Order: sequence, then C-alpha cells, then structure tokens
Amino acid sequence: MSGDAILKVRDLKRDYVIKGGIFTKPRILSAVKGVSFDVERGTTLAVVGESGCGKSTLARILTMIDPATAGTVEIDGQPIDIAKYGVSREMRQKVQIVFQNPYGSLNPRQKIGAVLEEPLLLNTDMPAAERRDAALAMLQKVGLKPEHYGRYPHMFSGGQRQRIAIARSIMLKPKLLVLDEPVSALDLSVQAQILNLLADLQEEFNLTYVFISHDLSVVRYIADKVMVMYFGEAVEYGTRDEVFDNPRHSYTKTLFAATPRADVNSIKARLAKRAA
Amino acid sequence: MTEASATQTPATETAVAAKLASESRNATKAMLTEFWYYFSQNRGAVIGLAFFLALVVVAVFAPLVAPHAPDTQYRDSFLTPPVWEAGGKAAFLLGTDAVGRDILSRLIYGARYSLFIGVIVVTIALSGGIVLGVIAGYFRGAVDTFIMRVMDIILAFPSLLLALVLVAILGPGLTNAMIAIALVLQPHFVRLTRAAVLSERNRDYVVAARLAGAGNMRLMFKTILPNCLSPLIVQATLSFSSAILDAAALGFLGMGAQPPTPEWGTMLAEAREFILRAWWVVTFPGLAILITVLAINLVGDGLRDALDPKLKRS
Repeated sequence: MSGDAILKVRDLKRDYVIKGGIFTKPRILSAVKGVSFDVERGTTLAVVGESGCGKSTLARILTMIDPATAGTVEIDGQPIDIAKYGVSREMRQKVQIVFQNPYGSLNPRQKIGAVLEEPLLLNTDMPAAERRDAALAMLQKVGLKPEHYGRYPHMFSGGQRQRIAIARSIMLKPKLLVLDEPVSALDLSVQAQILNLLADLQEEFNLTYVFISHDLSVVRYIADKVMVMYFGEAVEYGTRDEVFDNPRHSYTKTLFAATPRADVNSIKARLAKRAA
Repeated sequence: MTEASATQTPATETAVAAKLASESRNATKAMLTEFWYYFSQNRGAVIGLAFFLALVVVAVFAPLVAPHAPDTQYRDSFLTPPVWEAGGKAAFLLGTDAVGRDILSRLIYGARYSLFIGVIVVTIALSGGIVLGVIAGYFRGAVDTFIMRVMDIILAFPSLLLALVLVAILGPGLTNAMIAIALVLQPHFVRLTRAAVLSERNRDYVVAARLAGAGNMRLMFKTILPNCLSPLIVQATLSFSSAILDAAALGFLGMGAQPPTPEWGTMLAEAREFILRAWWVVTFPGLAILITVLAINLVGDGLRDALDPKLKRS
C-alpha cells in the first residue's frame, strides 16, 4: 500500500444489541463484520452495496458519530476512539459528512448564512465579519449567489440544498469528506451537476472522498477505488478498473448484471430475446 | 428557482452588507406573510384575535376607559339594574352590585387581572415544561422515565381539585392560585415538548450540528427547540384560556383573588346570593369569562391551522 494513506481502517466491527423481550434473549446484530481498507490523500473510495449491508454504519463510524465495537480507524495518522476519548476539535475539523437527503439535513429554522457559519462559530475564534465573508465565498464556490445568504432552506430546490450541505461540510476545510449517497435523492441532470461540483472541489481543496452509493454508473464516474460490501463484509476491494472489469465475488457479478443498460445494442438484444 | 451559477461580487463591502441585511429581512418577512395568510383563512381566529387585542387595550388603559373607580361605592344606588332596564341609571351602564359598585368598571379592571393571570401562569408552565420536556426527550433513559412518571402522577389528579389542594396548602390568594394553576398545567407542556423533541432529535440536521461541534445545550435549545415550537405555541394559547377559567373557578370557591379585588371569578362568588333578585350581577362577569376564553380558544385554533404543516394545503 502507498504510504500516503489519509484513512486507515483495520478490521472494523460494529455490533448492535437488539433488546430481548421477557422471553427472548437479547440478540447481537453485526452491521459491519471486520472491514479493512486504506484511502490515499486526494482520491475517492466508493463503497457500494445493497441497502442494509452496513454502508451507512461505516459512514457513521468514520465521521465519529457512532463508536466502533472493535478494530482501529486512523485518520491523518491519528487513531480515533470516541468511546474512550471523545472527539477533539482538531479531529472534528478533519472529517465531515454530506447526508443523502438534502431535505432533512438542513435545519428548517436556520438561515443559510447561519448554517454555513455554525461550524466556524463553534470550532474557531474567527470574528463575525470574517465568518460572513468565508460563508459568502463558499456560497460562490458551490455555485450559489450571495443573496441566498439570508434565506431559509425551504426556499431552495433539492439540488441547491445539496450544494448548501456540501458547502457546510467543507467550511472547516476538512481532509476527509464522507458522502453518504449524496446524489441519490436528486434527479439525473442535477446529479451530474453535483458530481461535477464534487470533482472540482476535490481538486481545489485536495479532498479525500469516501463515496457511499448504490448507483454503479455514478461510482464508475467518480471512484478511484471501489469496495463492495455484502452483509457487513467487504467482498471486493480494488481499483475501479480491477473491480469493474474483473469482478471476482458472485455478489459483485450479480450487482453488475442488475444494472440496467440503455444502449441501443443491449435493447435490441433484449427485444430479440423476448421475441424468441 | 433555477440552479444558479456564481456571479461577480458587488463593488463595495458596505453594499454587500446592506444587500445581505435586506435579503435576510425579506426572507423573514416572507415567512411572516405566509403565516398570516394561513392564519387569516380562519375567520373565527381573526375575530378572536381582534377581540383579544381590544381586551388588552382596554385592560392597559383601564383608568382612562372605565367610567368609575372599581371600588367606589355609590350608597344611593345599590343593585341598580342595567341602563336599558326599568330603574336603570345612565351613569351605570351595566348596573351596580350589592354594595353600589359599577359593574362595567369592575369588569374593565378585572380584565387586567385575567390577562395578568394568563400571562404569568403560561410563562411559568411553559418555561418549566419546555426545560423538563427537552431534557426528558433529549437524554432519554432514567431521566426521561423519572420526569415522565412524576408528570403522570400530576396528571392523575383532576386538575381543579389538585389546584384546590395546593391553594389550601399554600394559603388562599391570587399569587398562590397562579402558582397552583401553573403546576397543574405544566405536565401538558412537558409531554408535548418531549414528543416533539423525540421526533426531531434523530433528524439529519441535528447530527450535522453535532458534527459541527455543537454541545448538548446548543443542540437542545438552539437546534432542536425552535423546531418544536409550533405545538407549544398552540398549547400555550389554549392554556392561557384555561388558566383564566381555573383562576375564576378558584376565585368563585373563595380560594383565589380575595374581595374586594375586581377579579371576574371573585365577582361571581360575591354575587351568588343575588342570582334570583339581580340577574346582572352574575351574568356580566360570567359573559366576560365566556367571551374571553372563547376568543382565545379561537385564536389557538387559528394558530394550529397556520403552524401545523400537516393541515397546510399545497
């Protein structure tokens, strides 16, 4: 592995205890069963899998929302263990997350300016005027206008809200950005705009992405490396071309086969098959 | 709205600040306009609000509006009937009571007490209820169980009976009556706040704020609470009227405001023995309570229509 890995995850496990009733014993549900991977600085790791396979649990552990049950996570050379030590200001500034649903991830009672300034207010000692300038600069950077600064979230479309969520997540200039299905709630044309925005921002800020998705066409477009998860295990892990050209695990093959194809030849083939 | 691309920055710094401030004001104004649109769809609510505002004005300017002082006794006109009845006097529009005090003036001064009672009771019950409810809903676990069981115990008593017991312990008087009523109304606010907090605390924006570094206090009162306010505002309005009603009931039972305070419930109690001889001494205080409570309840209904997103059309 390359030496410049910003994120090192070794044997990560996460169990949930499901409370038993009077007659049933408590059960243990393993959401993530021993996952290991590295992500190099400035690259994108795509995590693919069906719903319930542990993708979002992984995201919550990486962003220090939930603690891991076992295993180690190292971000930028520093091990994190929020169950023991909590989260420090510096660690928080290194990792941020963008959620799937842009309608739920913005506080409906907070104006956009306040949304963007909140991370700065809480983590830095920047004076108010500087915070405002930083927020305005960031609005422009993600393709919004300065007059959007004083508006409420409900006055924006889904794509614009996702831009705001992305802007909020990079206000602290994090090293690592976890994107939890950031485009799956958006329609296709807006998806492309957001993906392009993400690519531009990655170049500008030298960001590292962990991109969680179930959409293979999106993954092929944005990923450097791909990890396929299946029932909490990483069944496939390699560069994008390795995984896409030569899938080894049977689940990966099924997954690729399940992707709808819309080119003329495959439609003709399908029609021919139906006619036969 | 369209997906907009970045434009060039306006020339000067002050221009930017002024533009931002005006944009921000516009957004706030738009929200208020929307609120007023939904509120004004409900005609009863608007009428209730108008009556309530008129009542506030009358109460504030009572010394200017009232024709007589509330406790001046006119010894030549005991139990004078209202002006349109035979034997009525133009000086006493709604008649006088058994010791010769002008009923209209006493009602006007009584409005002050009623509004005062409503404001104080709701403030105590609301602030206590919000704090307990947010704590219970946010921390869950043993704290939640403890707070909610105590509230359940308070709710298990009939409300007026509990208020009566509390006043009996604390001693009769308007202040103690208000404290007792606030305690009795408190559990409703706690439950409502807790329920709202429970539904909000796991939303993505709360997680995002926590990731941005917000501590428990900020999350509870700055991030979650403003999103739980709509049902609380409605409940506060409805509690305002029930506080007035309960205070009148306590006054009627001799446990609230003490005579000669011109409180509406106390006025009713004093007039009890003249019910058959002089109908006006009981009717007008009763009507005042009825109409005020009705108006405030109508406003509460209108607020619910305006604030509850589930009832919104479009």
